[in-house]
Amino acid sequence: MTPSYYLLLSALLFTIGAVGVLVRRNAIVVFMCVELMLNAVNLTLVTFARINGTLSGQVMAFFVMVVAAAEVVVGLAIIMSIFRTRRTASVDDANLLKY
Amino acid sequence: MSVISSVLLLAQEPPAPPKVEAPPLDAVWPILIVLGAACVGVLFEAFLPRHQRWPFQVVLTLLALAGAGVLLATYISDAPAAGELAMYGTLAVDRPALFLWGTLLALSLGAVLMIADRSVEPGGAFVASAAIRPGTVQDRAQVAATGMQTEVFPLTLFALGGMMIFCAANDLLTMFIALEVLSLPLYLMCGLARRRRLLSQEAAVKYFLLGAFASAFFLYGIALLYGYSGSVQLADIAASAGGSDRSDTLLFAGMGLLVVGLLFKASVGPFHTWTPDVYQGAPTPVTAFMAACTKVAAFGGILRVLQVAFESTNWEWRGVLWGVAIVSMVIGAILGLTQTDVKRMIAYSSVAHAGFLLVGSIALTDKGLSGTLFYLLAYGFTTLATFGVISLVRDSSGEATHLSQWAGLAKRSPLVAGVFTFLLLALAGIPLTSGFVGKFVVFEAAIADGMAPLVVVALVASAVAAFFYLRVIVLMYFSEPAAEGPTVTVPGAFTTAAITLGVLVTLLLGIAPAFALDWAAGGVFAIR
Repeated sequence: MTPSYYLLLSALLFTIGAVGVLVRRNAIVVFMCVELMLNAVNLTLVTFARINGTLSGQVMAFFVMVVAAAEVVVGLAIIMSIFRTRRTASVDDANLLKY
Repeated sequence: MSVISSVLLLAQEPPAPPKVEAPPLDAVWPILIVLGAACVGVLFEAFLPRHQRWPFQVVLTLLALAGAGVLLATYISDAPAAGELAMYGTLAVDRPALFLWGTLLALSLGAVLMIADRSVEPGGAFVASAAIRPGTVQDRAQVAATGMQTEVFPLTLFALGGMMIFCAANDLLTMFIALEVLSLPLYLMCGLARRRRLLSQEAAVKYFLLGAFASAFFLYGIALLYGYSGSVQLADIAASAGGSDRSDTLLFAGMGLLVVGLLFKASVGPFHTWTPDVYQGAPTPVTAFMAACTKVAAFGGILRVLQVAFESTNWEWRGVLWGVAIVSMVIGAILGLTQTDVKRMIAYSSVAHAGFLLVGSIALTDKGLSGTLFYLLAYGFTTLATFGVISLVRDSSGEATHLSQWAGLAKRSPLVAGVFTFLLLALAGIPLTSGFVGKFVVFEAAIADGMAPLVVVALVASAVAAFFYLRVIVLMYFSEPAAEGPTVTVPGAFTTAAITLGVLVTLLLGIAPAFALDWAAGGVFAIR
């Protein structure tokens, strides 16, 4: 197995996540797509750690996981509060601020 | 035999663990004070009864800022001129970093005063309890109640600590963690307005989703750069950009993604889409904090990344950032013209200013660095005071931010209209204000570095932007006041102090900028 396949896979996952953020309507799903992007980055980091023969990429993946967890806490709190108000988590309905 | 050898192995001393020296802390005390006070603030929230929290938090936060400022001043007096690396090389405490720390501490002092103010809006600009659903009976009760969600104070300190780490980070991983530490509290603070809570919550959701999206790009950029150079230290990336056996695609894709993340935070150019919505929806003191401090921190990071890590490849990427700067200035100036809300107008003005700052940042000379640092200082104080004044003009439903409500304000309150006029002139860059000096030094550095066409575009953009500032001035002075117009609240000591601080610095840097220019030119990035 050449490691570059993993790089391609992670690029693909990252792209799927990015497209998902742009096209999906539900804030929770948008957020899950962001998490997919972060995990794609983790795969890239671990693969490069393998290619470079250094451990720092693997350690960075841990940092990313912790940050992602913290982001989930904050993000779900914000999305919950807007869901309780509007009874929907659709990002299209949040349209009071414009122009 | 094998039994004997294993017994011998057991009898041996276990290998001594490698000795890890504790890093010297004298360079990073300001950060430790700020983050430590934030942790103490969280404990206050947990253990103090509700009515005692506000005074304790305010005193703690102001003491932390003052203490960090004093420690910073004592450190600067005998700091090595070339800067030093702290915390095992993850932080580069050099002159630009120290300048930015001082700027951030002073700006957040003003912002904290505005956050703590309870005279403009009875009870403060923050919701009494964020868990109350907007539009319910409890929500109407909390508007009249005097309590506020005092978690904003520790959140502010955490964000400030993240900003201070961000503009001193010497490797990309530290920079990413600092980016999140500064962003996550800001997402929450955006959603805590006492009035117009739907707008506030919507601003928080938008800022959060777009911010998380942008930090994913930032992180992917880090991963690609790690693949390119095998390290995330800025100096190592700079070294391997000179010659590496890896493909240049990794370098430039990584750099592009990284810079997109940074430009998003700095609300530059085509990555500004969150700015108007979030500036409008967030509570005004938080908007002031974001507009002043986040801009400083983000441009601190941009300057460091461009000058330390990517200086040697600037022929390849500079053209792209030319384009971004032009787009940013044009978007800010043109869309600012069409705005009908004061806060949105200032938001587009900040997009235009981000373009001017980027012009200074891509002038990769010492003058470009010091000019951009000075511009950040000047712009931060002006915009802080601007939002302070905006929070004073109110009607029965809260802040009156629609421009039509500002008509004839000079007849109601000549003082407030006069101060606001001065601040708008500073944003437009009229002489005798700090805005003029800031633009002058930045454009001078850009011309000296061979970017005359870009400076011409910048001058045209600032002329167009001056039009919409002047439009507000004309509206305040030469229109008849509306019959049901807003009133101008007489601010209490805190907001008055914050506005006075901003106005005085704006005036001082406009009349006698030499000392601040000397500070900004005190040294360059420590590249190691």
